[in-house]
Amino acid sequence: MSRTFLGMPGRALERGFPANAAVAVRDSQLRFNLRKATRTIRGKRAAVVAELPDWEGLRQAGKAIKDHTLRNLDRYLEQLEAAVTAAGGHVHWARDADEANRIVADLVRATGETEVVKVKSMATQEIGLNEALAAEGVTAYETDLAELIVQLGDDWPSHILVPAIHRNRAEIREIFQERMGEWGRPAPEHLTDDPRALAEAARLHLRERFLSTKVAISGANFMIAETGTLVVLESEGNGRMCLTLPRTLISVVGIEKILPTWRDLEVFLQLLPRSSTGERMNPYTSTWTGATEGQEFHLVLLDNGRTGVLADEVGRQALRCIRCSACLNVCPVYERAGGHAYGSVYPGPIGAILTPQLRGMGSELDRSLPYASSLCGACYEVCPVAIDIPEVLVDLRAKARHPRAERLGMAAAGWIFNRPERLALAQRAGGRLRRFVPKRLPGPMSAWTDTRDLPDIPRESFRDWWDRTGGRTGTERQDGGAR
Amino acid sequence: MRVALFITCVNDTLFPGTGKATVTLLRRLGVDVAFPRAQTCCGQMHVNTGYREEGVRLARHFAEVFGGYDAVVVPSGSCGAMVREQYPRLAPAATGEVVPKVYELSEFLIDVLGVTDVGAYFPHRVTYHPTCHSLRGLHLGDRPLRLLRNVRGLELVPLPGAEECCGFGGTFAVKNPAISAAMCADKVGNVMATGAEVLCAADNSCLMHIGGTLTRQKTGVKIMHLAEILAATEAAEVTATIERSAP
Ligand code: SF4
Repeated sequence: MSRTFLGMPGRALERGFPANAAVAVRDSQLRFNLRKATRTIRGKRAAVVAELPDWEGLRQAGKAIKDHTLRNLDRYLEQLEAAVTAAGGHVHWARDADEANRIVADLVRATGETEVVKVKSMATQEIGLNEALAAEGVTAYETDLAELIVQLGDDWPSHILVPAIHRNRAEIREIFQERMGEWGRPAPEHLTDDPRALAEAARLHLRERFLSTKVAISGANFMIAETGTLVVLESEGNGRMCLTLPRTLISVVGIEKILPTWRDLEVFLQLLPRSSTGERMNPYTSTWTGATEGQEFHLVLLDNGRTGVLADEVGRQALRCIRCSACLNVCPVYERAGGHAYGSVYPGPIGAILTPQLRGMGSELDRSLPYASSLCGACYEVCPVAIDIPEVLVDLRAKARHPRAERLGMAAAGWIFNRPERLALAQRAGGRLRRFVPKRLPGPMSAWTDTRDLPDIPRESFRDWWDRTGGRTGTERQDGGAR
Repeated sequence: MRVALFITCVNDTLFPGTGKATVTLLRRLGVDVAFPRAQTCCGQMHVNTGYREEGVRLARHFAEVFGGYDAVVVPSGSCGAMVREQYPRLAPAATGEVVPKVYELSEFLIDVLGVTDVGAYFPHRVTYHPTCHSLRGLHLGDRPLRLLRNVRGLELVPLPGAEECCGFGGTFAVKNPAISAAMCADKVGNVMATGAEVLCAADNSCLMHIGGTLTRQKTGVKIMHLAEILAATEAAEVTATIERSAP
């Protein structure tokens, strides 16, 4: 199998996560932007989730619906295909990114158009659709405000929900002023970094585009099998413009986005907005079934590694993900490393379990992703579909190839732990050599002593103390407490 | 009730004072705790670094050593969480019986013995870091805080951002040192903001990480395991303090 493409340039893949993160963590502007933004959304989410007395019940329902659907995915996909076709749409199946890109490019070419507008979509980012279309002479215009910022800035998204989360207002103003003119209507003169002025500049720039473009490309948050309906949740209304104005609509959607019925959707319309934007309800929910008169609708169903993930008993829970990004917003590692360090359009905790599963662990980066977590469990706690991210991380770690020195160290530790006598001997040796342990350790262990002191090694281990005293703690000295 | 102490390899080797404090405390409360000599390590480091087979071996060993007891007390949130969360996945048949009998120290004191006032005396300003595995793994909730609030003389000050990870994460600390250190720096900043003399937690591995930074930065803030504070009394406090400040 060719390597699954996940919409990120080669440069981010050359190094492992620790090296990428070490660079990012020194960028104080980035740290500040991310800290401020993630903490704001985190607080909003916590407040609206606390409002619902049955949140845990909803969460378990969301999990159960997704698990049921994934177990019967073949059946529901066929039901969906039949329903979409009956409603006048066309369904295409894409095994991987290349196939999906080719299908979309052919469909656009058949319309004779060279420009398309896009609704914010993770699936099209995952397959690198914009770049593939550009190679075919088709320009794709992002219409989501944050995606627009990323596109104009020649940048990469760093967050699922807020792709430009690493940018602040001043940076956005600069990007608009310098680049908008190259892509269409320029930014107004004397643009300030007032959020309202920035939004107005984007609105004027985009409005022209909506009125003139004949082809739109979207993803979908959900697909309802019983009626063949696609659902998009958004905040700005730009998505709805794309979904209604153009003559041809092409939607690229991962096969796991399916829900059996409208009743199931009810659960997710509560889970998703509260988890992602921290709102009770998102401003715009668009649904469409097949094609409306005078319009053409194509649905491209994307696998791109998903059936492989489905085959893994532990890892498959990652396919429940509804891309709310709550796990990113609470992750202390993401907050400090930023999204680009993950080398995939899926950053943060979900990226750390999804990317290595979709793409395999062939590169240094992909091998390092399952380790990009302290296993603090904050992600699992907030995940609206209860994906046990730490469990999947640990499982992936067991499947990863380990460095030789580490293998030897772990084998030695295992040998010692297998027999209590060996542990006692090792402890006594440590106690005797305690004076010779340097303040700064050499080699890989310097990673500890660069910023932290080592604890003092006590003269006597607990087990030796127990042997000597029988565990009697009366007035004897409490040894080894000084640290 | 036959009660065993699972000291954990980190406490056994590096923090024997925590083990002694746990024994002192339990005996003071009338529990004759045993220390099965054959115990070694719960296997957390191996499993969480990706060496599952070794973890399975150690899980089975744990079940053999502690199988005959009615309760096993662990003065470590993360080792307790390892047993409760991961053993059922690693070795369900072998560990099924022992897992429900394993209690983290504050669980044992409150849920099994039914005490929140353990008769301790510790006249210092203390802040408590709940540690991830105690909080989100074992769901200890406010048990440790209830115990600390009942310690005479102790002034408990809330830690800002308490629920955030300190950045230890076992081998994470050496595999991702830059992020780990950045997380710890924020934790240390929060500890310093409390003005506490002592940082307390139910887990020495996290304390070793935060404490290593506290001493490197010469902050003067001491780290103490929950057991050590709960074991302190008017008589024992003096010795502990003298020992702690010894070079
Ligand atoms: S893993 Fe869970 S929390 Fe993270 S984006 Fe997916 S659904 Fe949201």
